[in-house]
Amino acid sequence: MTDVTEPEVDTSPRPLRTVDAPLASPAATAGLLEVFRRRYLLRLLVRREISARYQGSFLGLLWSYINPLSQFFIYYVVMGVLFGLHKDVENFAIHMFCGIIIVHFFNETFNAGTRSIVRNKALVQKMAMPREMFPVASMLVSGYHVVPQLVIMMIVCVLLGWMPTLAGVVALVTALVIIATVGTAMALLFSAANVFFRDVGNVAAILTNFVRFGVPMIYPYTMVEDKFGQFAQFYLFNPIADAVLLFQKAFWVGTTDHPAATEAAHLPANLWAFSGLAVVVGVILLVIGQMVFSRLENKIPERL
Amino acid sequence: MSGTESIVVDHATKTFTLRYHRTFKQMTVAALRRQDISDTFRAVDDVSFTIEQGESVGLMGLNGSGKSTLLKLINGVMRPEGGSVQTRGRIAGLIATGAGFHPQLTGRENIYLNAAVLGMSEAETKRKFDDIADFAELGKFLDSPVGHYSSGMSSRLGFSVAIHVDSDIFLADEVLAVGDKPFKQKCLQKMQEIRDGGRTLVYVSHAAGSVRRMCDRVIVLEQGKVGFDGDVIEGIKYLRYDSGDETQEELETEDSDLGADI
Repeated sequence: MTDVTEPEVDTSPRPLRTVDAPLASPAATAGLLEVFRRRYLLRLLVRREISARYQGSFLGLLWSYINPLSQFFIYYVVMGVLFGLHKDVENFAIHMFCGIIIVHFFNETFNAGTRSIVRNKALVQKMAMPREMFPVASMLVSGYHVVPQLVIMMIVCVLLGWMPTLAGVVALVTALVIIATVGTAMALLFSAANVFFRDVGNVAAILTNFVRFGVPMIYPYTMVEDKFGQFAQFYLFNPIADAVLLFQKAFWVGTTDHPAATEAAHLPANLWAFSGLAVVVGVILLVIGQMVFSRLENKIPERL
Repeated sequence: MSGTESIVVDHATKTFTLRYHRTFKQMTVAALRRQDISDTFRAVDDVSFTIEQGESVGLMGLNGSGKSTLLKLINGVMRPEGGSVQTRGRIAGLIATGAGFHPQLTGRENIYLNAAVLGMSEAETKRKFDDIADFAELGKFLDSPVGHYSSGMSSRLGFSVAIHVDSDIFLADEVLAVGDKPFKQKCLQKMQEIRDGGRTLVYVSHAAGSVRRMCDRVIVLEQGKVGFDGDVIEGIKYLRYDSGDETQEELETEDSDLGADI
């Protein structure tokens, strides 16, 4: 009944290809570990994100300075000049800038990370890759923007007679580690949730507002201590607040006339203990974030 | 030493949740009216088969029979919630006409990104870059954003990257649906090279002619289940792609289309 010509099927034996790999599930399962195993891909994604974030904008990368700088001036005028805080706090501008760098790093990680999977849906739906890549790349992109801000900070501090100290460097690194872990953990949790309900993106935006005022940035820590006394301890359970205090220890304290006195007066005595705790909390959050992410991940490609 | 199975699908099941109502308001109203808030749909239902290394398998079935979902399970984009899917070696290929491209990036950047996702190193990509670009025939569009490409161009680029990966398994999902005739022939030729090199090939197509040419086994999916697994000619008969006036006509045009001169 069919007049289709029989195809001339090639019946000669094909060369045997032996594959040395074991039989395994094709879906990547190692989570964050897999992300760091595929550093080349991660690097490409980070580079892509950096160029994509400012694509089609005239000022480009400059926006990542304009935004924190505008915040800096708003807070400086309102809190410093209007509320007169820069009389009570020596070098109030530096004190605040320490907070702005940290808060900006965290908020960028959190916000961009939350949207990262939805934004990269073209890749997520069609390519097999560890999806943790996207939140992690968001964190690294935000971290990349911290570097020039740190350079500005250091130049200003050196002009004010600041000298780097070993404790300062340790404080700086610890603060960045805290924000990187907590930020990545939150980005992981929220990026997966955002796929299911886009409301999550709005929740993230609200939370970033809380972050801005929940750290000793536009007010000194002493104010919290004065107001809450004993309960000021609870304030320090916030890892981001600890990171800001660590930054102030690294930069601000050294620019004041009597660093030892400033530190004693304005920084909590047990800052190191709380910072250690913050690092532990960051790691625990990261583990929880990974666990939740892995559970939700199966449903991500079909829900996008 | 390792065995010879390339793809082992063992009672794999994949269910999709269909959402009727997504917003809070809709869900509340639906709950009050005692309507279902969601429904599920089995795209792949208890599917089992084993493909040996070097086999060339045609995956056929009507639209919505679960072919693409099954390929996604094999390629690792999705995980089955029941049963298991296991593969050996590196996988490359296209799912549903076109790879995951980033619309804002240029063709050149997407080649690097796509190759990296498929597991190629930077050096490997650099070495093969010219081949990939030549095969895709993008010319001056190589440096413009992929979002501006025509569907034919982006699927050409996707196919070109995938085919140049040194993979052990190649998945081809309706690759020929959007390309023009010269490109289709080039693709078929490339896929024959892949098959003849001993790589495993899973080929999804509605074109009976090209399946007959390419494959030595056919698996037919029917509503997520394996309806037929075996000989190519019988598989095509099973699907009735070779009878009925209309389909016959289609088949012939397809056949003449898909490269008698390959």
